[in-house]
Amino acid sequence: MKKYVIRRLLQLIPILLVITFLSFGMMRLAGSDAVLQKMENTGMVVSQEVIDKARAELGLDKPFLTQYFVWLGNLLRGDMGTSYISGQEVFPTFISKLPVTLLLTLASILLTIVISIPLGVLAAVKQNRVTDYLIRFCSFLGNSMPNFFVALLLMYFFAIRLKLFPVIASEVTLQNVALPAFTLAIAMSAKYLRQVRATVLDELNKEYVTGAKARGVRFSVTLFGSVLRASLVTIITLLTLSIGSLLGGTAIVESIFLWDGVGKLAVDAINMRDYPMIQAYVMWMAIIYVCVNLITDLSYRVLDPRIRLGGEET
Amino acid sequence: MSQGKNVTVRKQKIKKKHIKARLAFFLFLTVLLLLTVIFAEQICPYDPNAQDNSLSLQPPSFAHPAGTDRFGRDMLSRIIVGLRTSVASTLTLVAIITIVGTAAGVLCSYFGGIADAVVMRISDVCLAFPGLVFAMAIAALLNGGISSAVFALAVISWPKYARIARSQTLAQKNTDYISAARLAGGNSLQIIIKHILPNSMGPVLVTSMLDIGTMLMELAGLSFLGLGAQPPTAELGNMMSGGRSMLQTYPWVIIGPGIAIFAAVVIFNLLGDTIRDYMDPRNTKSRQV
Repeated sequence: MKKYVIRRLLQLIPILLVITFLSFGMMRLAGSDAVLQKMENTGMVVSQEVIDKARAELGLDKPFLTQYFVWLGNLLRGDMGTSYISGQEVFPTFISKLPVTLLLTLASILLTIVISIPLGVLAAVKQNRVTDYLIRFCSFLGNSMPNFFVALLLMYFFAIRLKLFPVIASEVTLQNVALPAFTLAIAMSAKYLRQVRATVLDELNKEYVTGAKARGVRFSVTLFGSVLRASLVTIITLLTLSIGSLLGGTAIVESIFLWDGVGKLAVDAINMRDYPMIQAYVMWMAIIYVCVNLITDLSYRVLDPRIRLGGEET
Repeated sequence: MSQGKNVTVRKQKIKKKHIKARLAFFLFLTVLLLLTVIFAEQICPYDPNAQDNSLSLQPPSFAHPAGTDRFGRDMLSRIIVGLRTSVASTLTLVAIITIVGTAAGVLCSYFGGIADAVVMRISDVCLAFPGLVFAMAIAALLNGGISSAVFALAVISWPKYARIARSQTLAQKNTDYISAARLAGGNSLQIIIKHILPNSMGPVLVTSMLDIGTMLMELAGLSFLGLGAQPPTAELGNMMSGGRSMLQTYPWVIIGPGIAIFAAVVIFNLLGDTIRDYMDPRNTKSRQV
């Protein structure tokens, strides 16, 4: 197990290098650098010589790879440059908004678990009955609604019509997080519910369930004692794997509800073409995603002895 | 024993018939949707771009079933034209990723070697990133309307297809009939086109049918963020984005396009699900019996 963890951590290094390299390369492709941007912002018309001199001062005249390694060195010290628009340092700004987004993510995952696991299990137990069809129908509808439409509908009915929640969720309170979290949870639950149902159905069709039934074990005991426990590993893994789509989804939902996290920061940066900020967002989101996947993979092994033992033999 | 088998065969036949009926119905709906999209301009009751400030923000009425927008343009006409932009770009996107992904997957696994390793590593990298976040960044860089949004989503989506096509081809590659075809003097191109493609396209096509709905939503999402079609063009995502500030007093500006996206996605998803069921070997066994 220890060996495996070390190997996976070593595999992380090239992936992180690729992520940083792509994020850096993107900036270059944008065809604009800090010097040009500054000139544009101040509205000065300057000669090429002045631009070249300013570039030399910032090291922008050096070869691409040299610049990349200088940038990487700065990155390790937490220096990601300054925003083109506000002039503030990118990294502290980004970090200060991250907890707000994590709170939203966590809330929506919790909601997803609360909604989808009971419904998924219920649908599996009542397979091909009315309850099952009803649950699957709702999941189908939830799957076919873009999250920005869900967000706007929830906003219209719950915030504007019923006035249960504030329209603008700029302050971080429990009441404010409800609508954005629910928006994200609807789309995730719809997808996830089917997977829970399929996993539990798979488990219910195994022979030990028939065996338990034959021995007169109550169904609820089999269901909660064995079936659910056996499906839990798959369920948890599938949930963490959906974090990737959640990360992209938060950007749209945050900007609709004006939830002041990194997603809204990114959308604002995109609209202003604030490249250092976009770069920071893409890079950190990719790193978070890769790390979450790694942790999932490792916990999967800890939770399920079959995989752990199988993995160590090879 | 044999009687039990007959019962299951009959059951499967009934199920199959059921699926066929569903398939026909959803195909009909899809054709209807596609006809709406193709003849968008003929169907529109008004010119979607004609502005009339005296008719600004009218609620739905007989003359304007979906109301009018800020500039007095008829919402229904704009929704129909917007639907065309959304559906056409989605279908283009799905066609691109299906073709590129399949070509990459089939060629790599057929020839193997360095090209295979390189393409698979590239797809590993693509799959290791959170897709939408990356698509947003690429679209922001390109800065060129709906085509850049299509390109951004294509970049992040093709690896999935390459993987499926690759595994399908690997399964075909070393079968006896391929060896026979080679012995008979067929060159690689002939073998790929005549034997490998027809036998491995099934799962790829099912995946692309299932993806149309998702892609439509993601494309509309990018447009909603201002990364796709730009305002003068009617597109469902940017129409909703433009109406955001009017949600409180003029909800039809948002709800109309929203329902249009929802309806299109529902139709494509129903069709995709049914095609998947139809192609599922568990449902088609009766054919072989």
